[in-house]
This record gives sequence, structure tokens and C-alpha cells, in this order.
Amino acid sequence: MDSKFKNILDQELVPKAEKFAASLNGSAISELGTARSEALDFLKTNGFPAQKAEAYKYTNISKEIAQNFDFSFKSKKTDLSIEKIKNLFVPDMEANHLVFVNGVYDPGLSEITSDEKDLKISTFAEVSANEPGKLESLFGKHAKSTRDAFTALNTAFTNDGVFIEIPKNTELKLPVVTYFVADANEGENVSFPRNLYLIGQNSKADFIHFTKSLGNHKTLKNQVDEIILEENAAGSLYKIQDDSDISYAVGETKVYQPSNSRFSAITVTLNGAVVRNNLNIDIDGEGSEANMYGLYLTKGKTHVDNQTEVDHIQPNSYSNELYKGIMDENSKGVFNGKIYVRKEAQKTNAFQSNNNVLLSDKATINTKPQLEIWADDVKCSHGCTTGQLDEEAIFYLRTRGIEEGHARAMILRAFAREVIDKIHYEGLKEYVEKEISKRLSL
Amino acid sequence: MLKIKDLKASIEDKEILRGINLEVKAGEVHAIMGPNGSGKSTLASVLAGREDYDVTSGEVDFMGSDLLELSAEERARIGIFLAFQYPVEIPGVTTTNFMKTALNQIREHRGLEKLDAVGFLKKMKEKMKLVEIDQSLLSRSLNEGFSGGEKKRNEIFQMAMLEPKLSILDETDSGLDIDALRIVANGVNTLKSADNATIVVTHYQRLLDHIVPDFVHVLYNGRIVKSGTKELALELEEKGYDWIKAEANLETA
Repeated sequence: MDSKFKNILDQELVPKAEKFAASLNGSAISELGTARSEALDFLKTNGFPAQKAEAYKYTNISKEIAQNFDFSFKSKKTDLSIEKIKNLFVPDMEANHLVFVNGVYDPGLSEITSDEKDLKISTFAEVSANEPGKLESLFGKHAKSTRDAFTALNTAFTNDGVFIEIPKNTELKLPVVTYFVADANEGENVSFPRNLYLIGQNSKADFIHFTKSLGNHKTLKNQVDEIILEENAAGSLYKIQDDSDISYAVGETKVYQPSNSRFSAITVTLNGAVVRNNLNIDIDGEGSEANMYGLYLTKGKTHVDNQTEVDHIQPNSYSNELYKGIMDENSKGVFNGKIYVRKEAQKTNAFQSNNNVLLSDKATINTKPQLEIWADDVKCSHGCTTGQLDEEAIFYLRTRGIEEGHARAMILRAFAREVIDKIHYEGLKEYVEKEISKRLSL
Repeated sequence: MLKIKDLKASIEDKEILRGINLEVKAGEVHAIMGPNGSGKSTLASVLAGREDYDVTSGEVDFMGSDLLELSAEERARIGIFLAFQYPVEIPGVTTTNFMKTALNQIREHRGLEKLDAVGFLKKMKEKMKLVEIDQSLLSRSLNEGFSGGEKKRNEIFQMAMLEPKLSILDETDSGLDIDALRIVANGVNTLKSADNATIVVTHYQRLLDHIVPDFVHVLYNGRIVKSGTKELALELEEKGYDWIKAEANLETA
């Protein structure tokens, strides 16, 4: 295995993470201490993935990072306003708006409209001061450093972060929209956003993430979102990734679901240089349901790697996964969907499908379903398709007077619709549809 | 309306049409018959603008336009309609939405204003009756999971919506039971006027009991080898194609 780039990262980033920990001194949040030590230990022992490491087989992430960043970590913040940020996405969306600049929560730019009894937003420092022990009992318990170097890296660099809690028996009417803005106006930007979410018993909440880089320099975002549901809770996470051509992202979304909980993840990737999404869901209770939907619409040299894993730990749960890709030019797609059904998890229903349309001869997709089933009474299925646009369908539409480009776009939009229809916010849906239309030059 | 002169077309260097001559006037119904592989569907496809074929020689004049110079969509906009032998299934695109787009692109081309939702709905309701097609079918993905009869009725519904000058029905009778055949034929007959024309491509005579042609042409080996009136179709039904083949082969020999 070629370790050249791994070695560069190990030598550059591991000492930096240690230095960061040391630099915190008195400002370190002690409740994060154990998790940080574990993360550092993991990094010191294992370091970053070497080329062709199984989990990063089609995305040589160490090389991408080593070649594109000098690790100076010099990020400066320029003038931003909430209006300016909203205008980048869905300006008039009725929601709670949280802004993260360079990975750090900016309460001044944020607008929280929901009642504090329904939506509690606190920094890690605040929750540690106000409710001692709580942060430590939740943080890093599910998003484990020992499972991925980039979860470890994020954990090692976390001191700030936001804890978003929906108390029990609460249906949060407005979604929580979070903007992750990387300001690369004055130099390369490396950020480590880290958030912890708790949706209380019988509660329901939706989260929407928008990602954007500003400026002409490269950005690296190593983000971890740890989402914990309590019994009978429901939640959704929409990730809209529309970054610059020189933005790199690698991180994990970890979801923990106990009994009778429902969760949907909808990941829409529109642009970026290299985007690696690790989405991992533990279904650790009966009667729970997890949905994973994805849409990647790539062009240029964009490389999108969606790595998903759903672990059915208890009986009688359901998971459904549908990822769709439309790939143009030299873009590359990777999809790896793992489904684990443990021995105890009888009566599991798990479905997975990945469909791709390649618009150019140079676009590629590597797709791999991976089912590991130890229980014997389960219903699981998976399937993937990859093809070109159906020329016969285009001809059919043209014979009805529809212009060729329009016909192509109609068919592609129809292909994407199955995923877009899972977006339950009109404004957001329109935004995604508009971006797709723009892309298909409609 | 349509004048085809010495039309030759090939696919992958194989010549399929070897010099077609045909004239269709407004108000007429022409039937193109012939054995399998004679080039009937190729002729329909070439007229509609399918790009898989190379037109190697000949001219096609459609109401003053050089048809062969136009793209498939431009042909549709000036009034050519092809009812497909195998209508394509397009998941996620409903007939309603697709018809709205098509109709408005055609109207735009003709310098007409776009139809608003009310106008479109009114027109749709009116045309739905004609082919006895149900609203629920039109709200579903185009042709997806439709029966053979439903697909063909949907073709005629589209034809009714787009009001073409020249309709080319490619083996519209294939896969139809007698009731569906009657409905489809009825639709075609109702749409017939002094200003439009129809070319019915078929292997069998039975459709021509319902859509009565003014002229019948027999295509064999890429040429029209015999033309006549509807009686010719009856003769073919009775005697098969062998005598035509024998006659044609004799002539070329």
C-alpha cells in the first residue's frame, strides 16, 4: 500500500492536533477531554488512510488533502451578514437560522425564532456549565473516533460546537437551518464543525444544512454531526452541499435511533472538488425506521463519495435507501451502501438502491452494495443501475415538438424527482429544482 | 401536402428505403402495407426525423418545407405527428405535464400565446372524450405500466391535442383488441378533416375496416411496388403478400 500521502498527513496533522489540545490550556472543556484523548490516541496509533485503504478505496482522501493544503490554518473572517448568507440559498425560508463561520458558531449572525422551551441551542461550553455531565454522556458516544480517522480528527479539534436539543414531547414547527460558511477570501481555510443534536422522547425536528465557501482559496471542511434520537422521536436532516470547485469535505453524520424512532437523511450534492460523506445510522430499537436519500449532480472534476451504513441491531426495524446520480463531464461518483443485520435483528426490512445516469463518456461511477446479514428472518434487497440517457425517450419527446435540450432536461428531472419529492419544504424543494434546471441549462 | 421523391435511406450501410415516391394531399388517407422487413416503419421513422437513419438521396417536401433539413421537433412544430408502434415509457413524466410543454412549445413556434391552465384543461377534457381515455391515466408516468391498448389510445390522445397536419400511424393496430381498435380508429376518423392527412402503416387489413383509406400502397424491399384503392388491401388480405413479391421480383429480374 502506498503510504506517501498518509505519511504527510500523519506528520503534519497529528502534531497539529496535539498542539491544539495543548494550546487550549484552561479554556478546554473538560467534558470533552476523554473523547479528545481517545481521538488523539487513535490518530497517533493509526493515522490517516493509506492509498486503497478499504474505506477510502475510490477516494484517495489523504492524497487530496496532502496535495491541496499547506496546513497553515490561517483563516480570517470577513464581513458577513445573515441576509447575505440567506441570499445564497433560500432567502425567505421561515426557520431558525444558525450560522457557522469557519466551523465556529456565530450567535451574532444567527436568528432563532422558535421558543426556547422547544429549541435549546447552547455552545458546548454553556451546556457543560449549565448541565454538568450531560455533554460528556452524549458527545462522541456514537460518532466514534476509533472508526474513522476523520471523525477522530474532528474530535481532536473540537472545543467549540453547538448542542441542539429538542426537549421531550415537542414538535418543532420550524426547521433549524444551519449555514456552514467557510471564508476563504484571504487564504486557505480548514474548519472542523462539530454539532450534537438530541431529539427528546416523542419529539420531532427537522434540520437543514447548507454548505458554502466564499473567496478564491481552497477550503477543507471536516465536519461531524452526531444526532441522537430518544424513543418515539422523529427527525430529518437535509444536507445541501453546493460548494466551490476548490472545496474539499470529509466527515461523518452519525445517527442513533432507539425504539419507535424515525429518521430521514436527504443528501443533495451539487458541487465541490472532493466530497466524502460518511452517513452512519444505528437502529438500536424495535419499530424504528431509517430513510437515506441522496442526489448527486456532478460536473467538471467533482468527486462525490457517499458511504452509508445502517446497522440493524434490534428486531422489527425498517431501512430504505435511495441514491441517485447524474454525472457529467469528468466527474466521479462513488456509492457504497452497507447494511448490517445483526443476529438479534429478526424481521428486519432493508432496501437499497442506487441509480446513475452518465451524461459523458468520461464520467464514472463506482457503486457497491454491501449486505451483511446474520439474522435468518429478514427481507433485504439491493440493486443498482447505471446507464446513459434513454435516447429513444428523447426522440419520443422531440416528435411531440419539444426541443432536444428541454427533452433531456425533462427526463433528467424526472429521474431526480423520486429523491426531490422527499424534500418536505417547498422553498427548499424549489431551490434544489432551480439548481438542477440551471445545471441542465433549462 | 407531402411529396416524397426517390427517397433512399440506410442504417449501418444497409439500404432500407430504395427510392420511395409518394404524394399525399390534404384530406386523404393513405395506407402503407407490406410484408415484415419491407421498410414500412423505416419510412415512418425517416419522415418523423429519427436520426439513426442516413438519408442518402431524395427529397421530401412538406407544405413547402424541405422536411429532411428539419430536426424532429421542428417537424412536429410544422405539423408532422408520428404515433409510435412502441410508445416509450418515461418514468416520472406525466402525460399531462409533457403535453402542456409540447403544446406550448408548438404554439410558441407558431407565434401563438401559451395556453393557460384553464385553457389547457378544457382542451384536454375535450380530447380525452374522443379516445375514451381516463384522467387518472394521464396523471401517471407516461406509458409506464400501461396496457397495449392504453398506450395506443394515449398516442391518439396526443395526436388530438397537437392537431397535426399529417399523422403517421406506425402499426397502431399491433397489440390491440377489437374494442381498443375501434376506439383508436374512431379517434382518428373524428380528427380527419379536409385540411389534414393520415398515413396508416400496417401489416394487416383489419385496421383499414375502421380507418378507410383513399389509397393503398404496397411496400416491398424498400420500394412502393403497387398502389391502388382500398380494394387492394382486401386482395392482400385474401391472397397474402407472396404474389406481390413474385411480381416485384419478376420486375427487378
